[in-house]
Amino acid sequence: MNDSHYCPHTPQEISEMLSAIGVDSVEELFSPIPAELRAKTFNLPPGLSEFETFDKMKSIAAENGGDMLAFVGGGFYDHIIPAAVDHLSGRSEFYTAYTPYQPECSQGTLQALFEYQTAICRLTGMDVSNASLYDGGTACAEAAMMALRVTGRNKIIIDGCVNPFSRQVLKTYLYNLDVEVVEIAPLDGMLNRAELIGMLDESVAAVLVQNPNFFGCVDDFSALAQQIHAVDALLIASVYPISLGLLATPGEMGVDITVGDGQSLGNPLSFGGPSFGFIAAKKTYIRNMPGRIIGETVDKQGRRGFVLTLQAREQHIKRHKATSNICSNQGLCALRGLIFLSSVGRQGLVDMARLNRDKAEYAKSQLTGIPGVTVLQSASTFNEFTVFLPKSADLVVAELLKKDIVAGVPLGQYYQDSDNCLVVTVTEKRSKKEIDRLVRELGVAVCN
Amino acid sequence: MQLIYEQSVAGRRGVKLPLSDVPAAAALPENLLRKESAALPEMSELDLVRHFTNLSRRNYSLDTNFYPLGSCTMKYNAKVLENSAALFASFHPMTALLPGGVDFCQGNLGMLYDLGQMLADITGMDEVTTQPLAGAHGEMTGILLISAYHRAKGNKKKYVVVPDSSHGTNPASAAIAGYEIITVPTASYGDMDIELFKKAMNDEVAAVMMTCPNTLGLFNPHIKEISDIAHSHDALMYYDGANLNAIMGKVKPGDVGFDVIHVNLHKTFGTPHGGGGPGSGPVGVKKSLIPFLPQPRIVMDDDGKFLLSEQCSTSIGRTANFFGNFSIMARAYAYIIMLGREGLIQVSEQAVLNANYIKERLKAYYDLPYDMTCMHECVFSASKQLEHGVHAIDIAKFLIDKGYHPPTVYFPLIVKEAIMIEPTETESKATMDAFIEVMIEAAITAESNPQLLHDAPVTTPVGRLDETKAAREQNVCCAW
Amino acid sequence: MAEMYFTKEHEWVKVSGNTGKVGISDHAAHELGDITFVELPKVGKTVKQFEVLAAIESVKAASDIFSPLSGKVIAVNDELDATPEVVNESAEEKAWMAEIEIADAAELKNLMTQDQYTEYLKTL
Repeated sequence: MNDSHYCPHTPQEISEMLSAIGVDSVEELFSPIPAELRAKTFNLPPGLSEFETFDKMKSIAAENGGDMLAFVGGGFYDHIIPAAVDHLSGRSEFYTAYTPYQPECSQGTLQALFEYQTAICRLTGMDVSNASLYDGGTACAEAAMMALRVTGRNKIIIDGCVNPFSRQVLKTYLYNLDVEVVEIAPLDGMLNRAELIGMLDESVAAVLVQNPNFFGCVDDFSALAQQIHAVDALLIASVYPISLGLLATPGEMGVDITVGDGQSLGNPLSFGGPSFGFIAAKKTYIRNMPGRIIGETVDKQGRRGFVLTLQAREQHIKRHKATSNICSNQGLCALRGLIFLSSVGRQGLVDMARLNRDKAEYAKSQLTGIPGVTVLQSASTFNEFTVFLPKSADLVVAELLKKDIVAGVPLGQYYQDSDNCLVVTVTEKRSKKEIDRLVRELGVAVCN
Repeated sequence: MQLIYEQSVAGRRGVKLPLSDVPAAAALPENLLRKESAALPEMSELDLVRHFTNLSRRNYSLDTNFYPLGSCTMKYNAKVLENSAALFASFHPMTALLPGGVDFCQGNLGMLYDLGQMLADITGMDEVTTQPLAGAHGEMTGILLISAYHRAKGNKKKYVVVPDSSHGTNPASAAIAGYEIITVPTASYGDMDIELFKKAMNDEVAAVMMTCPNTLGLFNPHIKEISDIAHSHDALMYYDGANLNAIMGKVKPGDVGFDVIHVNLHKTFGTPHGGGGPGSGPVGVKKSLIPFLPQPRIVMDDDGKFLLSEQCSTSIGRTANFFGNFSIMARAYAYIIMLGREGLIQVSEQAVLNANYIKERLKAYYDLPYDMTCMHECVFSASKQLEHGVHAIDIAKFLIDKGYHPPTVYFPLIVKEAIMIEPTETESKATMDAFIEVMIEAAITAESNPQLLHDAPVTTPVGRLDETKAAREQNVCCAW
Repeated sequence: MAEMYFTKEHEWVKVSGNTGKVGISDHAAHELGDITFVELPKVGKTVKQFEVLAAIESVKAASDIFSPLSGKVIAVNDELDATPEVVNESAEEKAWMAEIEIADAAELKNLMTQDQYTEYLKTL
C-alpha cells in the first residue's frame, strides 16, 4: 500500500478521511478529469529504498572522471568554502522555508538577506542591492532590461570581452524585445575603446563591460563611465566578487549597475549550479530593479524588523508590467554568500584576493618560461590570464585532460583567430606543487 | 537581534586561510586597486555560528512547522536528497565544454538526460531541457520557444492568452518575450470562461498559458476543447507546471493538448525551497518545438555516450550559463527514482485526498466560493469573517501564533480575501486534524473576539511590520 | 472656482481656463491604501484622453493613472516624490499630479461632474 515512503497514512486513516469527504475511494476524487483524458501509460521504474537510491546516486557520480586538478574558470571558480557555510546554510530552518511572505515568522531569512544586500553593496561600492537573481548570465540580461526601462532607449552595446555565455544569455532574453544589441570585438584581450566611443550617442541605453574580463584582464572604466554618462547612457559592469578584495570597485569607477555571479562566494561548483546572480545599483534606479528587495522597518512597538519591500515592482502585483518575471531567486545561495563573506571577513577577503593573484602571477611566470609560450605583457590580471601557445590550445587541453589536469579554457571556439590562446585560472586552492605540475605537463604537451 | 555588522569588531578574524607558498606578486597599478577594503563583518567563528543559528530560529520552516502554503507545494524534503546532491559538489561545469571534456562528465550528463526522459514520461512531452533555473525562467524559456516556432513558420503573432486566475509570472514572462496579454475571466464553474475564451481567440494569438489544475485547485473539464480551439488558430498550449503534484500518473499534459510545459522541481519533486530558491524549472516540449530548444543540448549517440550539441541554428540560444541548477536536479532525480512509478501515483492521490479532507472539514466555517471536488489544494474566502471586520491576513497572523505557517492569502486574485490551502501528501492526518481545529478556532474567534485576531501575532520576535514605512524609506542596506 | 470633472477610473481634472490639474479621487486613494510612490510624467509629455499619464503604487498594488483630457503636461507636483502620503491626506486638493494644457475642451463631455461621480460611486 505505502509505495511512497513519504505518504504517512495508514489504510484506516485513509478510510476515515474518505468518509469525512463522503466518497468511497480516492479514485473518485479524480472524477473531474474526463475519462478519455486519463494517462494511458506511465513507464517509470519501480521505486527504490533510501539506501538503494543513494547507492545509485553514488554510482552516477562515479561515472564521471575522478578528481581533476583544475585551472579552469569561465565564470565558475574553485575557491575555499569555510566549513561553517555548509553547516549554517544546512540548518533546515533556512533551507526548508519558503519565500518570506509572512515576515513575522521569517525574520531569519529576511534579516540574513538584508545583511546579504549590505554585503553586496559594501563589496561593490554600490548603493542598493536586491536579494539575488539566478546567475551571472541572467543578471547581465536583467541589468540590460533595467537600463532599457531607465533610459527609454533600445540599444545595448556589449564589450566582446564579456563572458561569451553571459552574452549569449543576454541575447536570448532580448531577442524579442525590439532591442539592438551591438558587440564590440576585443582588441588584444581588452575593450576596443576607440570603437566604443565612436558608437556612443543618444540612442544607447547602456554599455556592458566585465572586470576582470573573459581573458583575465583588469581594466579601469572610470574615464569611460564619464563618456558614457555624457550621452545619458548607463554603464553596466559584471564583476568577479573575489577580485573585489583587491580591485577598484564598480562604485569607485562610476558604474551605474553592477552584476555578477556569486558562485565564488561559498557555493560549490556543482556542475554549474545553483549559484546566484547579484545586481546592485545607484539608489536612483531602485524602482527599476528586478526581483525581491528586503527593507528595514519597525512593528507597532518600534521593534526593528525586515520585510519584502517595493513589491509593487514585481510580477505578483504588476503582472505583465513588472520589472522582471523573476519569482523564486537563489535565496539559499545568497545566504551562503553572506556566510562566506562573514566568515572570511574584511581582512580575509583581501588576503584571499592577494593569494589568488600571487599564485596566478607565479603560474604566469613559470608558464612563460616554456619556450614558445607568451602572455600579453601590457595587461594587468587578477587570477586568470591568457597564454599564447605554440600549438592549438584545444589539443593541449585534451592532452592534459588525460592526465587529470584541466589546463584552462581554449579561446578558439569563442573568438576568431584565437586557436592557440588558453585562459588559465589559478585560485588560492592551488598549491605551488600543483602549479609546477601544470607547468611541467603543459611544457611536455606543447613540445609534442 | 543585532545585525551581523553591529557585532563586528575591528581586527577580529574568522576562518583561517592558507599561507602563501609562492613569491608575492608585484603590486597592481594604483588606479586598478580599491581605496579601502570592503567593510565586511569581522567576527570569530563562534560568534558567526551563533548569529546564523539564532537567525535560523526566527524562521518557520517545513522541518519545524506545518506549512500549507497554497501553490507552493511545501512537501517534505527527504534528507537523502541532500546527501545525494553533495556527491556532485566538486564537478566544474566548464570541463564538459572543453575539447574531449564530455568523457569526464558522463555520469552528470547522463543523469540530466535520464531526468529529462523521466520528466517527459510524467508530462507526456517528447524532450526536456534542464537549463531553466526556476519556474518563471522556464516560463520565459517556453514562451521564447513558442515565439521561435511561430517565427520559423512565418506566423504573425501578437498575443498570449491567460486566465485571470493565473500566476503573475505568466503574463510577466510573456511580456519579456514581446507579447501583449489577453486576460480571460473565470466562470462560475471555477475555470476560464469557455465562451469568453472563444471570443478572445484569434489568429494573432501565439499561446494560451494555463495552470491545470488551476490556482483554485480545480481541474478544467474543458481543457481538451480549449487546446483544440487554440490549435485551430495555430496557437500553442503552455502548461504552467506549478500544480503538477496533483496529477502524476493520472493525466499527462501532453495527452490533453499541451505543447510546452515547465516543471517546478522544488514543488513537485521534493527539492527544498531554500527560503525562496534555488528552484529549477525544466521545460518539456512536443516534437515540433525540439529544433528551438536552448543549447547546449545533451544528446545520446548510438553507443550510448552523452554529448553536447551546439550546432542547431534554430535554437533560441542559451538561457543560462551552464546546464541549469544541477544539484537541484540531482535531488529531483533521486526523488523520482526512489518513489518510482507507484510512489509518484500515490503522491498525487494522497495530495488530492488531503486537500479534499481539509476542504470538507472546514467548509462549514469558511466560505468556499467554488464548492466542488478539488485537486491538491482548496481556496476558501474569509468573507464570512469579514462581516466581523476580520480579514484573511488576520487569520494568517493568528495561525502564526498557533505555530502554523499560514496558507497563501489574497491569491488567486479572483477570490476576495482568499485563503489557499495546500497540505501536500507528506502530512499526517493528525497534523491536519490539529490544523483544522485551529482554523475552526480562528473562525469562532473572528466572531467572539475579533480584536485578538487583529493583534496577532504576539508570539513572534516582531509583530506586524510597517510595510508602508519600508516602501517609503527604502532602507535596503545597513548604513553603518 | 475651477470646475472639477471625473473619469470612471477615478481621476479628476480641475479646469481653469485652458489648463487643468489632474489627480485621483478620495475614493481611489482610499481603495489603494497607503500610497508609497507616484510616478510623475515628464513636463512636455503629450497625452491623449484616457491614455496613461502617470502611475501610483501602494504597498500591495500598482495602478496606472489615465489622463482625463488630451493635452500637454506643463507642470508636475514634485512634492509627491518625497511625500507620496499627501495623496492619502488630500487626494482632491493638495495631491494634484500634473497640470496639462488642454488640447480639446470638447472632450469634457466624456467626463462626469462631481454629482454624477458621486452617483457613479454608489453603483460600484
